[in-house]
Amino acid sequence: MALNTQPNLHEPGKRHFRAFSPGDDFYEALIATHRDLTDEQSAMVNARLILLLANHIGDISVLREAMQIAREGA
Amino acid sequence: MLSTFQYPKFDYVRPPEIAEARDGHYPVVIVGAGPVGLTAAIDLAQQGQRVLLLDNDDTVSIGSRGVCYAKRTLEVLDRLGCAEEMVQKGVSWNVGRTFFREEEVFNFNLCPEPDHHRPGMINLQQYYLEDDLIKRARLLPNLEIRFRNNVIGVTPDAEKATLRVETPDGAYTLSADWLIVADGARSPIRTMLGLDIDGKIFMDRFLIADVVMKAEFPTERWFWFDPPFHRNQSVLLHRQADNVFRIDFQLGWNVDPEEEKKPENVIPRIKAMLGDDREFELEWVSVYTFQCRRMNRFNHGRVLFVGDAAHQVSPFGARGANSGIQDTDNLVWKLKLVMDGKAPATLLDTYSDERCYAADENIMNSTRSTDFITPKSAVSKTFRNAVLGLAEQFPFARALVNSGRLSVPSFLADSRLNTADSDVFAGNMIPGAPMDDAPVAMADGTQWLLGAAGNCFQLLHYIPDAGALDAASAQALRSLIDAPIPVEAIVVAERGTAPAGLKTLIDAKGRVRERYDLREGTSYLVRPDQHVAARWRALDLAQVRAAVARATCNA
Ligand SMILES: Cc1cc2nc3c(=O)[nH]c(=O)nc-3n(C[C@H](O)[C@H](O)[C@H](O)COP(=O)(O)OP(=O)(O)OC[C@H]3O[C@@H](n4cnc5c(N)ncnc54)[C@H](O)[C@@H]3O)c2cc1C
Repeated sequence: MALNTQPNLHEPGKRHFRAFSPGDDFYEALIATHRDLTDEQSAMVNARLILLLANHIGDISVLREAMQIAREGA
Repeated sequence: MLSTFQYPKFDYVRPPEIAEARDGHYPVVIVGAGPVGLTAAIDLAQQGQRVLLLDNDDTVSIGSRGVCYAKRTLEVLDRLGCAEEMVQKGVSWNVGRTFFREEEVFNFNLCPEPDHHRPGMINLQQYYLEDDLIKRARLLPNLEIRFRNNVIGVTPDAEKATLRVETPDGAYTLSADWLIVADGARSPIRTMLGLDIDGKIFMDRFLIADVVMKAEFPTERWFWFDPPFHRNQSVLLHRQADNVFRIDFQLGWNVDPEEEKKPENVIPRIKAMLGDDREFELEWVSVYTFQCRRMNRFNHGRVLFVGDAAHQVSPFGARGANSGIQDTDNLVWKLKLVMDGKAPATLLDTYSDERCYAADENIMNSTRSTDFITPKSAVSKTFRNAVLGLAEQFPFARALVNSGRLSVPSFLADSRLNTADSDVFAGNMIPGAPMDDAPVAMADGTQWLLGAAGNCFQLLHYIPDAGALDAASAQALRSLIDAPIPVEAIVVAERGTAPAGLKTLIDAKGRVRERYDLREGTSYLVRPDQHVAARWRALDLAQVRAAVARATCNA
């Protein structure tokens, strides 16, 4: 499977009437996860988050593709 | 400054209460002739209600404030008979472009779906909006506007509200069975009544400049994150009527607004953006801060709050006047039913419930935009810049870029006025949905579904050939009008003409059928404010009557 770069966010049981809503729901939750943390704590949260999500995705070829794109923009 | 617009000066007329030294009494008084008070007044007067509108000023909104009026606002104003002038005068746009540093990262189209009457948004200076509303208001004989009438005291009781009003000729007293408060964000009346409004202030300042220039910029919304000409901040450019361009510069919190407003400080900012060679004239400059907050409830007995008096949002997403006008769209038919004794006063609680829900959605969306545009922490800024960096190449990231989600109406899916579906439907036109528009053809020349909908309860009944409607169904549909709360039946069809006494609406392009998932027999009950109240796969008069009762708190 290739890395999916199309909008793909959704929430089971929740009906979205506007295309922007699921992405905005996610982004708000993401920023809220970091609320009141120091920069160091935030870096740790991000690392943990990536590890959790990587395991969930499972397919290492997808992860390699994502890691490469991510590194290009550093 | 301000060479393109001549501010009208409205005459003050000595009120009869002063001339005749007596107190006045009115069924409904509205305080505040801003966009929201004016739409409330026009809507009520159009419904046959005598209205008195008081304003402490004698002209329209001064300087640069509201710019963008959304499709839904135009649809409401169409119902009030005054959108066409605004659309003609204003600048219609659908495309927005987003820039990050030196590059354009992507653009979007607000209205990708064809076959809607009104564009996603028009840009028009707020003074034009108000001027057009006042012109419309003046055509209504049962609507009286009193300029330079300043409300200085309000005493509500169980049956009425008593007002003390100051004029150039002294003060007078009047009472009103119902008082609509549309006196703006600072709402003196809210303060007089000691009512709270909760929320938060954003620690940021924005410089707005109206600039007149002949520029070949297309009619699009341009938004810059961290541009080379205004590092680390955002900039927004909009074209308005008369070649007036509105520019918003984010300034941050630690600046002196008085210094920033000086032309010698503003002009270099604009030159850095437009280049040294571009000729322009500065029409207006101001610095604003903003807050997101709302009252706990919008109805307090005989006193009903609408617009900025009831709720405020950050300007990202243009939800101020747009949402205030939707307040009045929701309130007026309910208030009229209550005043006419056809619905209990609890119907007004649903005004508060539905519009508080909408206000929360507006506040949520504009807060999200604000947090994206002005990140509050280092990690938040890193995420923001990562999204912008990915957006050029990857569609998923474009969907996350949030430079303002433009005003769209709420789906009142949880409203207690809805009758829940008992049949299965595809699409978004669920009970509580704001109706989708579509091109239609009617004998009276109406060309849009939303031009045929509104002002009263209606039942849209679909059959492919209107001429094939059987006598019993025709009789049932006609009978809906004979009720304390009449329901106007409209036969939606591909072809043919409905039997006498029924309106036919031809679904010119098949969009009504598509958007509302119509099949033979499908019937939609819609509210006077063009929201779906109930729908069925077959016509059943008892169900329609029950749904009307439910939608009016008469159940
Ligand atoms: C920079 C900026 C940009 C904006 N951009 C947009 C936009 O793009 N789209 C949008 O929809 N909205 C926008 N808004 C918001 C919009 O301007 C307001 O939401 C809108 O004006 C609210 O209308 P209103 O009728 O509730 O109140 P107001 O327009 O504030 O009107 C209140 C009226 O009440 C009168 N009044 C007050 N007190 C009394 C009293 N005691 N007695 C009698 N009369 C009284 C005032 O004179 C005034 O005429 C913007 C606002 C700002 C500041």
